[in-house]
Amino acid sequence: MDVVEAILAGERLPLARLLTQVENDTPVGRQGLDGLFPFTGRAHLVGVTGAPGTGKSSLVNQLANILRHPQNGATPLKVAVVAIDPSSPFTGGALLGDRLRMRDLAGDPGVFIRSMASRGALGGLARATADVVLVLDAAGYEMILIETVGAGQSEVDIARLAHTTIVVEAPGMGDDIQAIKAGILEIADILVVNKADRPGVENTERALRAMLDLAGPSEGSDPAKGDDAEGAAWSTPVLRTIGPQAQGIEEVVQAIFEHGDYLRRSGKWRDLERARLKNELDNLLQSTLLQQWNSRLPNGLYESTLARLCERQISPFQAVDDLLDNKLQPAS
Amino acid sequence: MVERAIRVLIAKPGLDGHDRGAKIIARALRDAGMEVIYTGLRQTPEMIAEAALQEDVDVVGLSILSGAHMGLVPRVMDLLRANGQQDVHVFVGGIIPETDVVALKKLGVRAVYGPGTITGAVVEDIRQAVTGTPVPFKE
Repeated sequence: MDVVEAILAGERLPLARLLTQVENDTPVGRQGLDGLFPFTGRAHLVGVTGAPGTGKSSLVNQLANILRHPQNGATPLKVAVVAIDPSSPFTGGALLGDRLRMRDLAGDPGVFIRSMASRGALGGLARATADVVLVLDAAGYEMILIETVGAGQSEVDIARLAHTTIVVEAPGMGDDIQAIKAGILEIADILVVNKADRPGVENTERALRAMLDLAGPSEGSDPAKGDDAEGAAWSTPVLRTIGPQAQGIEEVVQAIFEHGDYLRRSGKWRDLERARLKNELDNLLQSTLLQQWNSRLPNGLYESTLARLCERQISPFQAVDDLLDNKLQPAS
Repeated sequence: MVERAIRVLIAKPGLDGHDRGAKIIARALRDAGMEVIYTGLRQTPEMIAEAALQEDVDVVGLSILSGAHMGLVPRVMDLLRANGQQDVHVFVGGIIPETDVVALKKLGVRAVYGPGTITGAVVEDIRQAVTGTPVPFKE
């Protein structure tokens, strides 16, 4: 049986191995993606981001747990978790510790957890995260929880990848000015104040609510598109949770489903898919063009141009012109 | 194409709570440029095999100080094989008597490390195990 068929049939070892190939961007990985791509587009992608130590992994563990054991008698969803931790900028090594908090999910064949090192990417994800998610989507995981690197203020790539973005805060992370800065809070579809048993939770919640009030509804409703009471704009909820006690998690899961419904109803699901695929296409185009150009570049030209640039004989713009012009000549 | 990073699972099966050795090794392998998945204390052999499968690791490192290694290690080896991961290299660290070291190696354990091991030696052994022998499915 070939890899694609095996993965579609739910076999886990071929899936795990293809994920490695995709992560390493090998020809085998690309082939697998080609075969699986027609079967993607079904999963609900949920991003979980926030500063280091706010409890993202524990929250993901609890969310997956509830999705696997719904209390209202609904059918449990198949859940995949992609957890990204940073690679060392010096050695390229990484300590991936997110699984440590997810032991409740062990032994459940409806859950697949994969850890990824960021491998130098700066936006909070790894370069191959989007492709890894595609493979898991094709493999039939209905909800994919993507946990970013512990994020600061501008690691916002997750908003381009996920349908629903959860930003996790913890009490004592800053005042109301922090809350109106641009960046990570802006991308939240759901705001979670975790560790809500800690002092200062009221202040944090108040600051977040005030930030949302200043912004107004996060996405305007459009009466022309027939938005009525049913299609009203999404207003970002602020939810309190206590990870280890699984408190407030049910409400977060509820909010994820509501946000999914909202996206489908308003047509924004489609818009997001389109934006995501466009983003991926553009990235791929850029890297492929660069590779092609590189492979056709005459030996030594790059170095000699760089040397002239360092000598201030030409400007960076002239250097680029030189390098690109030369490519137009047939390679010798 | 990205250079392939060596992926290692560091796990502590069984009930002893001493994870300092496991953490030191995890840190040393990280500093050697490997991607280390650290699963923490009190893992069952089933949990370890499941994690090794999902993470598609090249190496599993087991740290055991409880004396239960002759029970735990064979279980992990059997489960890895049952999952089709017979190509994964297994290393064991802890307080392991000489006679058991021989027995564990017979089971297919690549190396056994006791107190006083130099972390650099572990790094080298892992590198050699992963790059020195053909690893199917990972061309």
